[in-house]
Amino acid sequence: MTLTLYHYLIVAALLFCMGMYGIITSKNAVRVLMSMELALAGVSINFVAFSNYITPAALTGQIFTIFIMTVSAAEAGVGLAIIFNVYKNFKTVDMDKIDLMKW
Amino acid sequence: MAANTIFFMIFSLVAIISGFVMITRRHPLSAALSLVVTFISLAGLYGLLAAKLLFIIQILVYAGAIMTLVIFSIMLLNVQEEDLPAEERIIERVSITTLILLPMIYIIGRSFTVIKDGQFPEVSQDFGTIHSVGMFLFTTYSFPFEVISILLLISLLGVVVLAKRRI
Repeated sequence: MTLTLYHYLIVAALLFCMGMYGIITSKNAVRVLMSMELALAGVSINFVAFSNYITPAALTGQIFTIFIMTVSAAEAGVGLAIIFNVYKNFKTVDMDKIDLMKW
Repeated sequence: MAANTIFFMIFSLVAIISGFVMITRRHPLSAALSLVVTFISLAGLYGLLAAKLLFIIQILVYAGAIMTLVIFSIMLLNVQEEDLPAEERIIERVSITTLILLPMIYIIGRSFTVIKDGQFPEVSQDFGTIHSVGMFLFTTYSFPFEVISILLLISLLGVVVLAKRRI
């Protein structure tokens, strides 16, 4: 059995689906952030695998992965700061209890 | 079986199992620790794909810096076990997720018919090294690079504004 693109695609799809499941099901705000990181990691694997498969001379997919890592670092920082403020005001991290903007 | 196939199996199994552990654990700290394991095994997958710089960045930045930030803030929040929100109506949530992900499954199935031959082409020796990625990043993609640096600066300012004590 040789390693093909399909194997990487299956792993990436599984990771993305697990991240999506975590985003929808979990009520803890920190876990929603972590599930987002998992989904982004699945997308990154796709980019790197396609970079090897389509453009063996250029590195476009890997550059995109570096950008994804930067964006997820920024997202983790801002998201955790928001969660801190929410916890300070509401004394909870439950996503269903944070309903100030709901009517 | 080739060596890289065995390594691929180990890394992908560890990544998927620890990802599954991450979405099923109730306490956020054990979820974060299993997410670290996922990211380290993903670094192994990047190494198998000859992405040498990404291999290092994944371990240093993702598994090192970002997850340290997450674990640090989980410990700082110090949510007790009984204060954790109860995971209820799990069947409805799972079925909604499945409904949303159905088009994804269709697309993945289509990719198997569209991509006829999934063999990876032979890559050159300097594919994915720091030198070649840096050359690409600072010539072809120099404008997105500058934009992403401004994004980082803005997020830095935003975190300071959000998290600092009110004067």
